[in-house]
Amino acid sequence: MIMELLCPAGNLPALKTAINNGADAVYIGMKDDTNARHFAGLNFNDGKLAKAADYVHQHGKKLHVAINTFAHPDNEKRWQAAVDNAVAIGCDALIIADLGVLDYAAHKYPEVERHVSVQASTTNIEAIRFFHDNFAVDRVVLPRVLSVQQVKQLAAKTPVPLEVFAFGSLCIMSEGRCYLSSYMTGESPNTVGACSPAKYVRWQETEQGLESRLNDVLIDRYLPDENAGYPTLCKGRFDVDDNVYHALEEPTSLNTLELIPQLSQMGIVSVKIEGRQRSPAYVEQVAKTWRMALDRYQQSPDDFQIEQAWMNTLANLSEGSQTTLGAYHRKWQ
Amino acid sequence: MKFSLGAGLFFWPKAQVEQFYQQAMHSDADIIYMGETVCSKRRELKVKDWLGLAKEVAQSGKQAVLSTMTLLESPAEIQTMRKYCDNGDFLVEANDLSAVQIMHELKLPFVAGPAINCYNLSTLKVLIKQGMMRWVMPVELSGDWLKALLDQAQQANLRDAFECEVFSWGYLPLAYSARCFTARSEDRPKDDCRYCCINYPQGRQMKSREGQDVFVLNGIQTMSGYQYNLINEIQNMQEVGVDIVRVSADSEQAFKQLSLFKQQLLNPEYFPLDQQKECNGYWHQIAGMSSKA
Repeated sequence: MIMELLCPAGNLPALKTAINNGADAVYIGMKDDTNARHFAGLNFNDGKLAKAADYVHQHGKKLHVAINTFAHPDNEKRWQAAVDNAVAIGCDALIIADLGVLDYAAHKYPEVERHVSVQASTTNIEAIRFFHDNFAVDRVVLPRVLSVQQVKQLAAKTPVPLEVFAFGSLCIMSEGRCYLSSYMTGESPNTVGACSPAKYVRWQETEQGLESRLNDVLIDRYLPDENAGYPTLCKGRFDVDDNVYHALEEPTSLNTLELIPQLSQMGIVSVKIEGRQRSPAYVEQVAKTWRMALDRYQQSPDDFQIEQAWMNTLANLSEGSQTTLGAYHRKWQ
Repeated sequence: MKFSLGAGLFFWPKAQVEQFYQQAMHSDADIIYMGETVCSKRRELKVKDWLGLAKEVAQSGKQAVLSTMTLLESPAEIQTMRKYCDNGDFLVEANDLSAVQIMHELKLPFVAGPAINCYNLSTLKVLIKQGMMRWVMPVELSGDWLKALLDQAQQANLRDAFECEVFSWGYLPLAYSARCFTARSEDRPKDDCRYCCINYPQGRQMKSREGQDVFVLNGIQTMSGYQYNLINEIQNMQEVGVDIVRVSADSEQAFKQLSLFKQQLLNPEYFPLDQQKECNGYWHQIAGMSSKA
């Protein structure tokens, strides 16, 4: 079976670029806090949503709509309206994390595909069965916490097709179960759809170097020859008993090109590229590279080789210009 | 209002755990949660040891509840959890939807732990249908959020279907990873962790380079650097409709806190929080690490 290449788009130009460069499907979010990339200047209003669906469908591809934050008690209707909207423009799949929203979608639109968002933290067979039995879901997106061996074990038993993250910023915590951002800023992926929000970021030149802060907490401090990265709070340097290092994770991106044969053989249905917040230029490079790699594997599965040029392209697009296999590789853990 | 002792989140030697629960049986807690919720490699106590402890706790007149793992990744972990779920005697706190699934299959009532993402009435309804009899609010939610939700549950005639519990004191469990940060702090991967968490009975403080306590590293779990403390909010919690106040089993200090919280109900007193060590921000819908008088 051919794995689907699922690419991100934060706006219409990025969506068109993804489709034009080989994406089989694109996922997007609406212009509000119903999705986990709720950033200023990003995402789709109602008019753009319809245009996105038209473009994708004219090209015979699929559109997934992420409604993957958790509904607020005073405003559940907004999340339900987002589902209504996505269905109205003819989306091919809804990506949902909240059990209540999933319940709504399953009852109101049983014919529309439901994908369990990575934010639902579904990491084992019984949790998959929970979503299968209660909401007849069509796909589960696995969090970036499983080793390849664990993904394989799940793939062998799951009653629901699986999608995995293939490339992009590396979330090192079980997604949907990380409150580090709200602890520091009051805003989390679950509640407002943002991690380490930009409005809390402050840069300052000091005598000790360039400092990055998130809501006043010092995340990192850079020497003149060091590359400064966005202060995602889990990727700073901290002090553990007088040892200063990247205590949680270094600035790095996930890259699983070399896992294509394994993922394909175990029956993974879709490989997802992270990055709805990224530029069309980024989406173009990543989509093109992954398309080439997947096609190459398709043509000659027995002697699939990764080209160094692909790795270089992807490394250049990565945080800290370095990539990792993340949790797929046990030594990372 | 009742008071509970949450499951111990750190890794302690077996003798220390046993001694701790001997004290817990004589504490002000009405409900005692126990079991390993963080890492399946922590096996100082086996399933039968936890069940034995639960039995003693129940005999002391407290409600014993078995807490299950939060991040389950392997078939072996599921198998172990199934033993807790199917224990035949004690209530179970489900900390992952896998446990909810198993409890539902067993047709047994359960507590939905704080790591289960329940943010709204529709989700409460789903969980109640599965058999949830008690809900522990996710730690990042506020008093206002809780009030809105409980009011809605009241209007939907569901408020009697479940008890509401709030994590009120201790280091907050904030995140779970495939990576072990304690092993990483000793420059080793998780598969070669040598059970080093046992050397840090309060976890490892991760400070900013300005010396601010940011997080506590506790194996694959990341906790708040400050201890959460809702001691000054207890009247408000009661008004909102909280049934159970949870004190986390960080250390023996928990027993003193249980007494203080209980006294607050009768003789409220204002306790200024130490802003370098304590916080209550989440309850006030501001940054979790901040505090509000």
